[in-house]
Amino acid sequence: MSTIQDTVRGYLRSNDSAVKGDKNVGETERLISAAAGTLLLKLGLHHRGLSGLAGIGLGAALIKRGYSGQCDLYQYLGVSATQPASPKSYFDHGIHVKSAVTVDKPADELYAFWRKFENLPRFMGHLKSVTVLDDKTSRWVANGPMNSDVQWTAEIINDVPGELIAWRSLAGAQVDNAGSVRFLAAPGGRGTEVRVNLDYIPPGRSVGKWVAKLFGEEPSQQIHQDLRKFKQLMETGVVATINGQSKGSKLD
Amino acid sequence: MKALCWNAKNDVRVETVPDPKILNPRDAILKITTTAICGSDLHLLDGYIPTMKPGDILGHEFMGEVVELGSEVKNLAKGDRVVVPFNIACGNCWYCKKKLWSCCDNSNPSPDLAETLYGGPPSALFGYSHMFGGYAGGQAQYVRVPFADVGPIKVPDGLPDEKVIFLTDIFPTGYMAVENCNVQKGDTIAIWGAGPVGQFAARSAFLLGAEQVVVMDDVPERLQLARDAGATTVDISQEYVHDKLMDLTAGRGPDGCVDCVGLEAHGATLDHWYDMAKVKIGLATDRTHALRQTINSVRKGGTVSIPGVYGGFLDKFPLGAAFAKGVTFKMGQTHTHNYLKPLLDRVQNGEIDPSFVITHTLPLDQAPHGYEIFRAKKDNCIKIVLKPD
Ligand SMILES: NC(=O)c1ccc[n+]([C@@H]2O[C@H](COP(=O)([O-])OP(=O)(O)OC[C@H]3O[C@@H](n4cnc5c(N)ncnc54)[C@H](O)[C@@H]3O)[C@@H](O)[C@H]2O)c1
Ligand SMILES: [Zn+2]
Ligand SMILES: [Zn+2]
Repeated sequence: MSTIQDTVRGYLRSNDSAVKGDKNVGETERLISAAAGTLLLKLGLHHRGLSGLAGIGLGAALIKRGYSGQCDLYQYLGVSATQPASPKSYFDHGIHVKSAVTVDKPADELYAFWRKFENLPRFMGHLKSVTVLDDKTSRWVANGPMNSDVQWTAEIINDVPGELIAWRSLAGAQVDNAGSVRFLAAPGGRGTEVRVNLDYIPPGRSVGKWVAKLFGEEPSQQIHQDLRKFKQLMETGVVATINGQSKGSKLD
Repeated sequence: MKALCWNAKNDVRVETVPDPKILNPRDAILKITTTAICGSDLHLLDGYIPTMKPGDILGHEFMGEVVELGSEVKNLAKGDRVVVPFNIACGNCWYCKKKLWSCCDNSNPSPDLAETLYGGPPSALFGYSHMFGGYAGGQAQYVRVPFADVGPIKVPDGLPDEKVIFLTDIFPTGYMAVENCNVQKGDTIAIWGAGPVGQFAARSAFLLGAEQVVVMDDVPERLQLARDAGATTVDISQEYVHDKLMDLTAGRGPDGCVDCVGLEAHGATLDHWYDMAKVKIGLATDRTHALRQTINSVRKGGTVSIPGVYGGFLDKFPLGAAFAKGVTFKMGQTHTHNYLKPLLDRVQNGEIDPSFVITHTLPLDQAPHGYEIFRAKKDNCIKIVLKPD
């Protein structure tokens, strides 16, 4: 999988002739709806009655058709334009990171641990705490630059037990972000493939340095490390460490 | 406690450092009774292995008494006498379940380094650079053992340390290296390097049923020790190795060739000086003289087994010869955990007494001197054990 932008442009290119014939769909609108479609794809966003996979299919369909009906989209997303960060702003200003790890445990067990959001700081390096507020919402506190805290409230937007969890920050987040984790059976009894997608919109929309600092040295490296810790915790019950071990005085 | 610290290339010192603590519920702390210096440690001393940090405690061959246990370690008790494999493995991951312990996915706390350099992180090792996890080693009075419910094996009181200490590394390493050659009736196994690993490879070759064992080196006392085990020896400074091996096998070539030398091979032929020059100016990292010879000498369809450590890039590697002859390569850090019990049994049955290889017993304080004489092969030094007291 590539970034949102690549996916969208790839789709637009491959459907160029079809799109050209459709005078009613402008370039920007196509981009917007395609972006929304991609977001749906990645989050496996769940509309009432649709399974996660159907959500993914819907995302693909939206991209393919370059569908322009914004209201429909927001209806699918279940939000109004004034509320949490829109798919368009994720597309225009967001940073997309993804990573995957194979964990030698059944999907149900992994899902259950992840779904208890209080557990996330045990393996996510930049998170200080997650407090569950109710069925859908939770309060997240992360390490910000220069010892500051960055906080937001997140809601679950899709939840298929044993398969997938998707969430996003609500309006007023210091850093708009959305993420999903999927748990898929790995082939030949190799356990479970855990695939994470995350999108951030940096404040001031200055993609780059600030967010890189906020979430560790480099966001994709950070999520990769987090997943490896998740694997360690799930498989061994501990996170391997040398912090606090004996060393000579010359060690910095 | 006292511990041997690596401070820079060619600079190891015994220092007073904080005692180890339990950091994870699956940890144990050992009071070390015997530890040893390995040929692998020489690669650290000589600065060939990247990602060492000043203050790192060395040592991956050690045994001792359990003095403290994390809450999750149920199979050991305080006072148990244990030998610890030099690789650290979790016992839970796919690789550990497949008994590929040195490929463990979970024991290495800093896998990024090896992932970048090698494309995949190996298991952690004790005292062997941060690429291999950065764990403090056991050339010390005490050591922290992670995943202590998986690695350590209890040893019977009747057996002295000297007979079991090498289960940590060099006995399994020599043994697995030959096992990798899949020894068949009538086979000749040729072994480059008569250091401690080569010595155990030679004896293991006989244990595994080899017809003929040939050992190459240029250090007389080491060659003598190999002959004591029944091996034929070739002094590489006096004879052409390839010709000699062809003669000993009537033109067939050895069925298995084992490189117990590693990346610091010395040699007398042109390619060796070429390697030296390249390494000096930074165009290559490893000297591969011995490895080239294994490939050249092995019979068609035979096996080249590489327990000797390599760290970086090779130059003038005769892949064409290997390809033309259909050679099988086997290599890597030993899956030590697989061999603790079977080889302990062989020691108990009296099939082998691993203490044969020890030439020096020194107090831990004299470890830097030990490194010096082991590296220079001074004073007939073959293997040193250290006593921390
Ligand atoms: N794979 C593993 O898990 C593992 C475990 C332990 C040791 N090792 C490695 O095994 C190797 C040997 O260890 P050791 O403790 O025996 O070390 P050592 O340095 O004592 O022995 C190496 C021997 O090779 C000889 N030698 C050098 N160049 C040669 C050549 N061209 N031909 C023949 N002999 C040559 C040296 O004279 C020396 O006797 C090292 O590279 C070490 O790092 C690997
Ligand atoms: Zn060793
Ligand atoms: Zn493992």
